[in-house]
Amino acid sequence: MYGRKVKLRFLFILLILTTLILSVFLVLKSLEENVVYFQSPSEIKEISELDKKKIRVGGMVKKSSIFFTSNEVKFIITDFKNEINVTYSGAIPNLFEEGKGVVAEGFLKDRNFFSATKILAKHDENYMPPEVKEALGNK
Amino acid sequence: MFKFFEPNKIFQITSKAPKYVLLLFIIVLSIGLTEALFLSPEDYKQSDAVRIMYVHVPAAWISLGIFTSVTFLSIFGFIFKNKNFFLIAKSLAPSGFVFNIIALVTGAIWGKPTWGTWWAWDARITSMLILLLFYAMYLISWRIYETEEKVFKITTFITILGIINVPIIKYSVDWWNTLHQPASINILSKSTIHSSMLYPLLIMTAAFALFSLLIFLMKYNTELIKIKNKGLDRL
Repeated sequence: MYGRKVKLRFLFILLILTTLILSVFLVLKSLEENVVYFQSPSEIKEISELDKKKIRVGGMVKKSSIFFTSNEVKFIITDFKNEINVTYSGAIPNLFEEGKGVVAEGFLKDRNFFSATKILAKHDENYMPPEVKEALGNK
Repeated sequence: MFKFFEPNKIFQITSKAPKYVLLLFIIVLSIGLTEALFLSPEDYKQSDAVRIMYVHVPAAWISLGIFTSVTFLSIFGFIFKNKNFFLIAKSLAPSGFVFNIIALVTGAIWGKPTWGTWWAWDARITSMLILLLFYAMYLISWRIYETEEKVFKITTFITILGIINVPIIKYSVDWWNTLHQPASINILSKSTIHSSMLYPLLIMTAAFALFSLLIFLMKYNTELIKIKNKGLDRL
């Protein structure tokens, strides 16, 4: 139905696309560590050696774990398997709240203590009006 | 094949349709903006900041959709050696580029009050930036290469490189830890956005799509005029 040239050009495009997809896949696979924006407390626990590099830890702020002192805030990041204690002094984003997602950037003091230099709130994919949230909460 | 691309018939449509599309766009945009900015409820968590979503999300969708269309048009044009496909792709690309910029800028404006930062090098945001670079490369290559043969080959290659990025953008939030939240609107499972917020979002998407159509018709019309002036009676 189509000419030989048309078929060859189709094959050509197909080959380019396959090659590129495979190479991009391999590159991303090997760069996985750098592609992730943050690590979970469980992943931190598995780090073999602690270095002085700046890292990001992300997870949920544990319920009723936030304590404000005069110049800093302390809270616990949890992924419901492992936990890490965070201390931080500085501006706090509006959506920072217990039971919500958070990403802390800073340095590990040891496997359980993290000193943050910056805090980002991570919000989830749920959008609803306050009345609906209340109705859900009352159930 | 492609007998249905009668240049004169297309030209009649592309020179008359824009005013009707413009009218429709204005109507849909006013409904969408009223819904999004005034009638839709505020979010339980983000309160009024959520309204940026009604511009951010449609803009991102449209820019992804247009890049995908441009890629398929270029590939078809390349395989079947059909110039018309390339011209359609060329006319589509600018609005996709603009919506990509809008998505990134509104994302930054949204990120500051909610996340606490304008910019984060997470997978979703970085891959959107890469898409913008591909758009830029695509648009520039139409200007710097003189011979049509060359332009067709180069732009096809650029779109093939860029299309690999599109599924990465879509699934980046599922494959890796990102600061960006996962998708709220799912075709297969239940969406996590309340219907009172979903409808304004869909109306705004329709408005942006109409705007892209309007720009496309005007651009394509210009391309057809260029061909007419060259004295060619077929594409």
